[in-house]
Amino acid sequence: MLGKLTWSAIPFDQPIPLVAAALVGVVLLGVIAWVAVAGWLPYLWREWITSVDHKRIGVMYVILGLVMLIRGFSDAILMRSHQALAYNAPGYLPPEHYDQIFSAHGTIMIFFGAMPFMIGLMNFVVPLQLGVRDVAFPTLNSVSFWLTATGALLVNVSLVVGEFARTGWWPSPPLSEVTYSPGVGVDYYLWAIQISGIGTLMSGINLVTTILKMRAPGMSYLRMPMFCWTALASNMLIIAAFPILTATLAMLTLDRYLGFHFFTDEAGGNSMLFMNLFWAWGHPEVYILALPAYGVFSEVISTFSGKPLFAYRSMVWATLAICLLSFMVWLHHFFTMGPGGDVNGVFGITSMIIAVPTGVKIFDWMFTMYGGRVRFTTPMLWSVAFLVTFVVGGATGVLLAIPPADFVLHNSLFLVAHFHNVMVSAVVFAAFAGYTYWFPKAFGFTLDEWWGKAAFWFSLVGYVWVFTPLYVVGLLGMTRRLQHFSVAEWYPWIVAASLGVIVMVFGVVCQVVQLVVSIRRREQLRDVTGDPWDGRSLEWATASPPPSFNFAVMPRVEGEEAYWAIKQRAREQARLREEPDYEPVEMPLNSPTGFVCAFFATLVGFAMIWHIWWLAALGLAGAFATFVVFAWRDRVEYEIPADAVARINRRNRASRLEALQQARRKEAA
Amino acid sequence: MRGDAARPQRRQARVSAALPHLGAIAAAGLVLSGCQMSLLNAKGPVGSDEANILIVASIIMLAIIVPTMIGTLAFAWWFRASNTRAHYRPDWAFSGKIELVIWSVPFLTIVFLGGIAWIGAHRLDPAVPLDSDRTPLRVQVVSLDWKWLFLYPDQQVASVNELVVPAGTPVQFVLTSSSVWNAFFVPRLGSMIYTMRGMTSQLNLMADQEGTLHGLSTHFSGDGFPHMQFPVRAVSDTAFAGWVQGAKGGPRLDTAAYGELARQGTVDAPRTYGSLEPGLFARIVDQTIPKGPGPAQGAETGAPPTVKPKGGS
Repeated sequence: MLGKLTWSAIPFDQPIPLVAAALVGVVLLGVIAWVAVAGWLPYLWREWITSVDHKRIGVMYVILGLVMLIRGFSDAILMRSHQALAYNAPGYLPPEHYDQIFSAHGTIMIFFGAMPFMIGLMNFVVPLQLGVRDVAFPTLNSVSFWLTATGALLVNVSLVVGEFARTGWWPSPPLSEVTYSPGVGVDYYLWAIQISGIGTLMSGINLVTTILKMRAPGMSYLRMPMFCWTALASNMLIIAAFPILTATLAMLTLDRYLGFHFFTDEAGGNSMLFMNLFWAWGHPEVYILALPAYGVFSEVISTFSGKPLFAYRSMVWATLAICLLSFMVWLHHFFTMGPGGDVNGVFGITSMIIAVPTGVKIFDWMFTMYGGRVRFTTPMLWSVAFLVTFVVGGATGVLLAIPPADFVLHNSLFLVAHFHNVMVSAVVFAAFAGYTYWFPKAFGFTLDEWWGKAAFWFSLVGYVWVFTPLYVVGLLGMTRRLQHFSVAEWYPWIVAASLGVIVMVFGVVCQVVQLVVSIRRREQLRDVTGDPWDGRSLEWATASPPPSFNFAVMPRVEGEEAYWAIKQRAREQARLREEPDYEPVEMPLNSPTGFVCAFFATLVGFAMIWHIWWLAALGLAGAFATFVVFAWRDRVEYEIPADAVARINRRNRASRLEALQQARRKEAA
Repeated sequence: MRGDAARPQRRQARVSAALPHLGAIAAAGLVLSGCQMSLLNAKGPVGSDEANILIVASIIMLAIIVPTMIGTLAFAWWFRASNTRAHYRPDWAFSGKIELVIWSVPFLTIVFLGGIAWIGAHRLDPAVPLDSDRTPLRVQVVSLDWKWLFLYPDQQVASVNELVVPAGTPVQFVLTSSSVWNAFFVPRLGSMIYTMRGMTSQLNLMADQEGTLHGLSTHFSGDGFPHMQFPVRAVSDTAFAGWVQGAKGGPRLDTAAYGELARQGTVDAPRTYGSLEPGLFARIVDQTIPKGPGPAQGAETGAPPTVKPKGGS
């Protein structure tokens, strides 16, 4: 009846996961109870859970990303503190638990921390920057989000029901085959990633369609803000790369469930195939995350330097070059497999070539600041820190791309330091830069700068402090994933890295405090005009938070930096644009399809993990029925009458006009 | 407007963001060159060449990234909104000359480093035998769950978790795995290489001088992975012959003894075998001998194997 699921699946003998899970459970129940008692459940259901508004979905993605970043960070705390206590000692985590933790750390950070954060920012910002009212397929967007949430849920369920993979974040066979990993850990990984992967793929299709087909009148490709270009490149990579991951994991699933031999090194199967296929997705994935991050920095640096982005077209070319090259380098993940000089040489060189467009971008950001008026707000601090620290990660990356250097550094903590160096400074710094930058757009008030800067400084110092010792200890020959070690020379560096984690904890705490303080002080931090940073692209042309339809009328774009041109004209003429003729707006109706689909997908995933076949069939049938019901819907859209549109838009025009006149009075005085 | 509150932090931005990195690099360089464990303090020709490549490539890249870091901070600081002496050029967004330089600098660097990569990938290909007038020692390596087995086909001895080689003689490794992937690595001798079941990989290394080095697996292989570490003793020719003689007294490594070794578990102290069943390594590679049984049959009790984490390895 319940497949492999028995009471023994719950690790009663392991206090750490149980207590952690109990704590999370209590907090979660507390929040739900609070929401229910306050009577907010109908509001949540109506305005968020069933919402197909790209802004709401974007915000939910970012919230998921934030929560999962903290979850992944808590794994990092465990790993670092454990290793600091594991010199000639057992540490406090037994191997079977430690192995789950580093596997979960990587999986969560990549798939459920960084990905939702970046997809959330793209979801929120891209339609606004393009001057359109929604993404191409609003309901699909909601389905994508909820499937991603399903994946995150499954990974976290593994904390208390069964176990997570003990194979590392890429479950490389033969270790991940059923002979060597008979437990449910790898299955949790497989189904969580497959289900969320479907969501990611659909999200990629959605955003590419939106960017290609739905731009405001006059918004030609070469007038799009840089963030839209990087979003386009990133989502094209998603469409090209994620099917590879899905197919690869499907093959591993067949191996594990039906005795196939794709990767078992038996009956013609070969484990090297998995490595090739996995990294054929895995390396583009790095750029799926990094490209939107580059987009965030482009927007932030340009806005806070008070200048257009330097060499915009060059940046576009660099972005597209990275997009293409990212598919030509996967082999550098296994130079040490022994493929020979020609193959290693070619892939070493292609890997290095990526440094050219990336280097160009760095210099272009530098020259964007040159001749500017740089305002050191929190997003700008994150961006400058990115420029300064990212080049170190880039240089160590080029170093690792030299095959003979990789022969001694592969899988070492030097490598670990390298990819954290690039992923933290690019993706995490961009995430927080983007979060602080667009928060006022989403909620109508800015985030507290003092706490934001505190979070920034602690995070920066902590990050340099953690990863510099890891670079060093990697050069001392220490490899990753050691549950204990007995080499005296490594010990001080491991302790030093662990102390750095404490500094990072302060950064995380400040980030949380910033949000709480900002919400409490929201009236002082209110952004009435919708343009708190003196922005340059169209998202700043509408109110904060934007109305559900984003723009009362579609903006006409007449050059690069669409909103900057409009604003300059308004400043020169000391008046706003002519008031447009308002027309009623058609917007898509909310739909519970995404949420219900994800509910059934969760059942399917959980049932497949535990071999509860009837429940899996039920879940599949339910998901299909949900789709059929959605396909049969009669009403697709609702209409917002013209006078409502006018009323909403006039309110924003009034505050903008006032701000304009105030600025002029100030100038005159 | 909002940047005005940031004045005290700005000076810090310049100092504290630059110093930890540069300082760390300099400090690391100093510490590492002398350190006993360091890759940069290699004990063999392969490791030395690789260390040289590491150092040369690092210097080339430091020559680019350090000015970039300083330039970034200098631009950001000089063009701060409150600096009235900085010339504001709100519409300046392109310069062909700068673009030319911007594309050329990374391009030329990569041309140069790409040359190093191409030549190095060929010259230091692990499968290429080393130049030496001495006949190489052949060692067959099998990674097991979770111990290393070293077979000496010419000496007809074998050892577990200890590799003994004569200093000054090239060693020709042929490697495979009994179960999951591992990677064989002696940091101060140079190149690592994966061990994979049903396949062999080739690796050529040499120790220049006598001494004990640290060897380990660098590809995660399950719960006992931290135990995949072993001493590498580079000894004189006579000491090596003596060690072989001593090993001859040990038990025979046949299919049954290998089957015992292949079960999941760890061994506390290195051990040796005095004779080898003919063709054993070949039969491990072609999988006539079954693969390592994994946790299901790995432990007699049927329960998952108990891997007691402990300091020694």
